Amino acid sequence: MHPAFSVIFLTTFIGAAQGLFLALFTAQSYAAFKLLPQPDSQAFYGWGSLLALALLALGLGASFFHLGHPERAWRTATKWRTSWLSREVIVLPAFMGVVFLYGLAHWLDWHPVLVTLPSGLPVDPTAVLGVVGTVLAFALFVCTAMIYACLKFLAEWHSPLTVANYILLGSASGFTLAAAFAALAAPELVGFLAGWAAIITALGLISRAASLFRNARLKPKSSLRTAIGVKHPRIVQKAQGFMGGSFNTREFFHGRTVAVLRVVKWGFLMGVFVVPLLLLGFGLRGSAEVLSLAFAVQYSGLLAERWFFFAQANHPQNLYYQSIA
Amino acid sequence: MTQLALVIDLNVCVGCHACVTSCKEWNTAGAAGPMGDQNPYGADPTGTFFNRVQTFEVGEFPNTETVHFPKSCLHCEEPPCVPVCPTGASYKRKEDGIVLVDYDKCIGCKYCSWACPYGARELDEQQQVMKKCTLCVDRIYDMSMDEADRKPSCVKACPTSARLFGDIHDPESVVSVAIRESGGYALMPEWGTHPANHYLPRRKTRIKIHEDELERADNPLKVDRQLPKPAMSEPTLDDVTTW
Ligand code: SF4
Ligand code: SF4
Repeated sequence: MHPAFSVIFLTTFIGAAQGLFLALFTAQSYAAFKLLPQPDSQAFYGWGSLLALALLALGLGASFFHLGHPERAWRTATKWRTSWLSREVIVLPAFMGVVFLYGLAHWLDWHPVLVTLPSGLPVDPTAVLGVVGTVLAFALFVCTAMIYACLKFLAEWHSPLTVANYILLGSASGFTLAAAFAALAAPELVGFLAGWAAIITALGLISRAASLFRNARLKPKSSLRTAIGVKHPRIVQKAQGFMGGSFNTREFFHGRTVAVLRVVKWGFLMGVFVVPLLLLGFGLRGSAEVLSLAFAVQYSGLLAERWFFFAQANHPQNLYYQSIA
Repeated sequence: MTQLALVIDLNVCVGCHACVTSCKEWNTAGAAGPMGDQNPYGADPTGTFFNRVQTFEVGEFPNTETVHFPKSCLHCEEPPCVPVCPTGASYKRKEDGIVLVDYDKCIGCKYCSWACPYGARELDEQQQVMKKCTLCVDRIYDMSMDEADRKPSCVKACPTSARLFGDIHDPESVVSVAIRESGGYALMPEWGTHPANHYLPRRKTRIKIHEDELERADNPLKVDRQLPKPAMSEPTLDDVTTW
């Protein structure tokens, strides 16, 4: 497939935002159980939610560049019964709304006790919003990933590993960002967040490596024989019906050499996993510079990872577009 | 239930592209707006087409065969392109099984084109909406036309009658008979899309000639060699010579 930058930015921005929100609420939950010191409500949760919201808005903005008719985008919310894309379009703004309210509640220090759990733990609006936001964050990961994973003839995508990768890689970048942000806003949480960022990054490495391993061994189901229905081992295309290219030759081919793909692959394995893991290790002591660098490297790596994700998928329609004339 | 479809006979298609041009001619003038071209007279002309004719070579020289292969939306009975559409712009008509795009609803997200294994959908760069074969839905029901004209434009244009049109759910229709009796098949059956359009394979006409049709085997005199055996080139006479 031809990687579209609008979609690359959309998925990486919102992935990091979802991960950042999960990190904020994870910290809040630990703090509620007194496993972590309670950070400053405004400085950490308030500004953190704003940061997540800004990333979500950037992603949403990028997505509009993918549409031929952005002014009709509201229509995409209508087919949620069958279309994962439609579901994503519904969950994304819902998640943004909850992140906004969550940030607002923290900003206003609004902590009236709604109920008290049997264990004596008070539940305030931020806890409720946090739980709802967590559910929506995971739902959004699943929707985004299923847009690709549900297409069964794109074998590289049609796997539960796609969903695992979207969850883990988005969360990893979000926790790394949270660690860098905490170095400025809540230094007492840096070790906790950077530690989790490293763990999720390592898990992401496992699932992404598993999908690379799987994809390298795929056998295409379709061939020219099934594409035109002629039973012969040697079929070559002599003409595709035009010489100047078409939507089919632009949308479904990345047009790069195998060597470029290999470089990008090793580049993202370094950029998303190896280098950030090292930097997170150094950053455990709380250096904002090192942790910011870790996020910058990991995010750039994710751009490459997403590019590779699209480029690697080989659409069966390409069988019909092998040679110009 | 009706499922309209094309049946394309690869045995007679000569790859003349008449269906391609007549399709474009009819549909670019249609109510749904033009099928945009970019750079039509430049070095890299490109544009939107519902129908393409491709050419494949099967086998190795000297035993090769050229297959001309017209390709358009197959109006699948289980169209994977329809459920993925987030807006409902892509839909399959209940009454006749035609898969259509509502150009006023389509947002140009291209998702449906990813979900079609055949590459049958093309985004119109000018209108920024997804386009594909409509089976000339604006011809086939047009009562102001002669009945003979109420057929897809490509079918009318084909000089070799390689394109048949009809209802594949009606067992007596010309398309059903052709599929049944001439080995009609579906493309990429492995994806379970159940394309409505079918293709008829290339066919060879062969007659099997047995030796006893060239040489008389029923001549009893051959057995005891009572009569002289003339050379093959000489005329034969039943019961007089042994051939
Ligand atoms: S050929 Fe492609 S566009 Fe046409 S109905 Fe089938 S899947 Fe959809
Ligand atoms: S490009 Fe148009 S028809 Fe295709 S999925 Fe998007 S909105 Fe639906």
